[in-house]
Amino acid sequence: MQLMGWGRFPRTEGQVSTPRTEAEIAALIAGGPLIARGMGRAYGDAAIGAHALSTARMNHMLDFDPETGQLVAEAGVTLKDIIAAFLPRGWFLSVTPGTQFVSLGGAIASDVHGKNHHTEGSFGTFVDWFDLMGADGIVRRCARDRNADLFHWTLGGMGLTGVILRAAIRLKKVQSGWIRQTSIAAPNLQAALDAFEATYSATYSMAWIDCAATGDRMGRSLVMNGEHATLDQLPPAKRANPFAARGHLSPRVPVDFPGIALNRWSIRAFNELYYHKGRLSTGTGLIGWEPFFYPLDAIRDWNRIYGRRGFMQFQCVVPLETKAEGLTQILRAISASGSGSFLAVLKRFGPQESRLSFPMEGYTLALDFPVNTRSLALMPMLDAITAGHGGRFYLAKDSRISAETLRRTDPRWAEFARMRQDTGLKAAFTSAQSERLGT
Amino acid sequence: MKPTLLILGATSDMAQACAQKYAAEGYDLQLAARDPEALAAEAQDLRLRHRVEVSTHTFDVLDTAGFAAFLEALHVLPDTVLCAVGFMGDQPASQANPEAAAVVMRSNYEGPALILGALAERMEARGHGTIIGISSVAGDRGRASNYVYGSAKAGFTAFLSGLRNRLAKKGVHVMTVKPGFVATRMTEGLPLNPRLTAQPAEVATAIWNAQKHHRNTLYVKPIWLAVMTVIRLLPEALFKRTSL
Repeated sequence: MQLMGWGRFPRTEGQVSTPRTEAEIAALIAGGPLIARGMGRAYGDAAIGAHALSTARMNHMLDFDPETGQLVAEAGVTLKDIIAAFLPRGWFLSVTPGTQFVSLGGAIASDVHGKNHHTEGSFGTFVDWFDLMGADGIVRRCARDRNADLFHWTLGGMGLTGVILRAAIRLKKVQSGWIRQTSIAAPNLQAALDAFEATYSATYSMAWIDCAATGDRMGRSLVMNGEHATLDQLPPAKRANPFAARGHLSPRVPVDFPGIALNRWSIRAFNELYYHKGRLSTGTGLIGWEPFFYPLDAIRDWNRIYGRRGFMQFQCVVPLETKAEGLTQILRAISASGSGSFLAVLKRFGPQESRLSFPMEGYTLALDFPVNTRSLALMPMLDAITAGHGGRFYLAKDSRISAETLRRTDPRWAEFARMRQDTGLKAAFTSAQSERLGT
Repeated sequence: MKPTLLILGATSDMAQACAQKYAAEGYDLQLAARDPEALAAEAQDLRLRHRVEVSTHTFDVLDTAGFAAFLEALHVLPDTVLCAVGFMGDQPASQANPEAAAVVMRSNYEGPALILGALAERMEARGHGTIIGISSVAGDRGRASNYVYGSAKAGFTAFLSGLRNRLAKKGVHVMTVKPGFVATRMTEGLPLNPRLTAQPAEVATAIWNAQKHHRNTLYVKPIWLAVMTVIRLLPEALFKRTSL
């Protein structure tokens, strides 16, 4: 069958197996190279290939300790499942990406980050251990003090160290499902960067950035900060049922939009509206966890907005020292090209020491491009700017950087590839992405 | 007190989806299968997610002699029973080997009918209950490709129909479910038309809604009613020459 990621580009012909037991997984691994696949929400080619092992039916929750907040669950359990089960009991994910439709295994393999990266770190920070089945079919428990190398290679290792079977993660105690959100309108890039630095202590922060604006307004943004609302911050009506904060039920994108729907004018008009609507509603207010953390989840199948050919996401991080120059050059290149996306996101990362994970201290920029010749011409220019400023790329989003670009920007992967070669992992676990990038 | 659902054949994908749905709606669960160890993770998952009581029980649909003991061991007579037991077998094998055919017939008709019959007695005596049997569109008309399985399901469908008729005034509701194609372990790798194929969770939601509305027969995807009506209405002289 045809396999693809969330961006629906690229697509490969591949087989999908859906095992129910460990023994079945071991037999599949013995049968030749494969890649584990969770919810298929990696944007590019990280979880596609000739043979994908779906964890959809390995999705049991196994244990929960209400003293420590430690949840043990199988890799196919989704973040949505976890919130649905535990938010009503006063627990939330310690780190969540911008969608709840990802699996636990995928979150570990991509070492995903969220709006609290600068204060609390990436998803891996809250992983106590996981069980990993290797090329030999043997299950190893990996933790910081046990099979530590394997533990660190697996966080952000894109599923290339084996199949994650189950994991223990720590949840965070919260008093409500509400977030106190503060938004700040920043008229240009420098103002946005200043706002991030001035509000660094906020638990959650991110910005929507207008990638179509030019001149004095280049990089204008709405910077959003948030804190979990405590009980005494809720009005009495909400306090009675503090976890019942829900978003609206979602419309679904019914068909692929024609390619023409997304053009420089519609993008510019959308961004204009979005900025001014946001500018008028700056200040602090209560917002439910769903619209705060998962605004795009509210539009099911939003990936169809970019048309039948799909889209690519560009997500890079540039270090603190070169942030202003690097981001300015990227934004200039994008606005000059007339390409761009409805929603682009800017976020401050905190420091992170890790074997393979994407985040480093600096600023990350994420935006979508429809698959067309103009985007395909623009994106290598953005790669070059990123590389020239000491930045690197997020493989969970990537579908098209070159092996050479990865080698230049992120030498950690060359060491990883050697390790995979030496330990037999390379022959057992391959994805379309690992073959493209030589990882 | 929470209502209780007994699921027979609880390891199947459809059964597990129903367990999740009913637990989410506040039911305690009795999960029964040949190998209750295979239910341990599922049971624990249901307890953690939904904070309901879940017990597991050994139940072998071919062991009809053991049915009485199985029912005795249930600590509480369930409010609703769902029979998800089914075994497709292999049609050529069933044609060639009477023992293989008998296993298919006994798994899909004899066992399910007898255990639901026994539960019906107890529910009738109590004065209320719901019996849900998962039958199959394959029982709507015998076809060359799977008539051994289909005939057993036809028998099961007829049994449920009669049971429903008998208990209609006794407070016990009987519902027949014909899922059509479902994306389960049984159908993995088959090139199924996605428009005719339901996900297990879709089946579970459809069963839940149908039970709430006291439906008698449920085709999970309505298109299957149309498809099977056409197949049923084809004149035999024509039908016997088709390969459906």
